[in-house]
Amino acid sequence: MAFINGLKCRECGREYSAEPLNVCEFCFGPLEVVYDYATISEVVSQDSIAKGPLSIWRYKDLLPAQGDDPVDIMAGYTPLIKAKGLGKQLGLNNLYIKNDSVNPSFSFKDRVVSVAATKALEFGYETIACASTGNLACSVAAHCARAGVRAVVFIPSNLERGKIVGAAIYNPILVSVDGTYDQVNRLCSELADDYPWAFVNINMRPYYAEGSKTLGYEVAEQLDWRLPDHVVVPSASGAMFTKIWKGFNELACLGLLDGVESSSFGVDQNTVHHPAVKTKMHMQQAEGCSPIATAWSNKQSQVIPVQPDSLAKSLAIGNPADGIYAIKVIEKSEGSAYAVPESEIVNGIKLLAETEGIFTETAGGVTVSGLKKLAESGAIKSDELTVVYITGNGLKTIEAVEEVVDPLDIKPSMRSFEEMFQGAK
Amino acid sequence: MGKQRVKFTFEETLVKEPVIYELGRKFKIVTNIRRAEVGETLGWVVLELDGEESEIQSGLEWVSSTGVRVDPLGGDVIDG
Ligand SMILES: Cc1ncc(COP(=O)(O)O)c(C=O)c1O
Ligand SMILES: [Zn+2]
Repeated sequence: MAFINGLKCRECGREYSAEPLNVCEFCFGPLEVVYDYATISEVVSQDSIAKGPLSIWRYKDLLPAQGDDPVDIMAGYTPLIKAKGLGKQLGLNNLYIKNDSVNPSFSFKDRVVSVAATKALEFGYETIACASTGNLACSVAAHCARAGVRAVVFIPSNLERGKIVGAAIYNPILVSVDGTYDQVNRLCSELADDYPWAFVNINMRPYYAEGSKTLGYEVAEQLDWRLPDHVVVPSASGAMFTKIWKGFNELACLGLLDGVESSSFGVDQNTVHHPAVKTKMHMQQAEGCSPIATAWSNKQSQVIPVQPDSLAKSLAIGNPADGIYAIKVIEKSEGSAYAVPESEIVNGIKLLAETEGIFTETAGGVTVSGLKKLAESGAIKSDELTVVYITGNGLKTIEAVEEVVDPLDIKPSMRSFEEMFQGAK
Repeated sequence: MGKQRVKFTFEETLVKEPVIYELGRKFKIVTNIRRAEVGETLGWVVLELDGEESEIQSGLEWVSSTGVRVDPLGGDVIDG
């Protein structure tokens, strides 16, 4: 069972029972899950987590869906690797990579979708749907295949091939919409009103988004229940960014970090900041779609939506649902936000591949280029413990780096090889 | 008749324009404001529109034509 009391409006505080609902009926503010932390603190411990499965469901007591028989393709429990090569290049001696590109459907979205799909079945839905620029579509289709329920996924028709095939292979109802970004967005929002489906990022959103907290929990657990000094995170809606922060603070408040006293969650579970959480949160967006980074650098109190136009399609969300909350996290954590130039994205992908042997998609290129900038500017000092989140796999966006293919073309003879090889040396 | 929930974002030059009042006057739409924040240079309003679907459609097109941004409530429904 899940230890939750219901939902609560982030803006006006009105409470609702745990239903498939994402906006407050009264003020239209976003709804968030309310946890029963008193009970959670009695059942959860470093030990209970260590005994759990090697997936996000080891943290089931901290997730808003029943975790005893979840829809699970083994999302999470991905490697945290000391990045010696990349660290050396950037002058960082204490750099780690959270390699979430190795999730079952090859992005961190498996974390959020596993929670949303489990919750959707709890609610009795028979169809799970989403609108996606790729990674979410792949993950929803995969989880539905596993659960044996129908998936309906909407994608813009100009997506990368790797993402289209990566979703289609699980045999969902795949709807490719030939329209502008805004048109796809509007259509899906109307569909969500009319069809009795679990839309993972609409009526399931309060539950769905919580899955990203596990990116915070895992890093803490893998660092022996310590938190890093800095994290570097790519953002689209800003949800993952805010949930990593929430995850760190939950661990602190529950007394699950080494040497940290537990403390109360206060009046607002979603904005609690335990003083022991000193991690600086650094957000990376691509310049072609950087509404949050722009709002932060211009010190705006609001995020102005933009029309996305970026190579990093998985980060190309023009009107980010959690933008304003993400800015509050940057402020509280004394972090930063940066709009990575489009021309740097491919360099970031190559840098990670050549120094660490990890092939990430365009979102990862954004993240690595942002990390480089943070190191060069001195915002991250060489000995500070830093974790960079690599959230998606390079095989989904091979078009972006096609230029690297430049083999030695030879005839099938020793002579031909030796000639070419000499030339190449 | 139907209801639609939307967010209007106003930039500097439009903050002082009575766009919502005009929307209710020019079209057969009832406007119901739920939450808003208006700064000196920027403002947004979250509201519910009640009316015939075609009337709401034309009304929103008119709002967009004034330069005010019209977005679905609670951010984009497309995700990464
Ligand atoms: C690979 C990848 N990284 C990061 C993100 C950003 O996540 P969020 O929308 O929670 O900010 C997405 C999707 O949105 C993604 O597909
Ligand atoms: Zn409310």
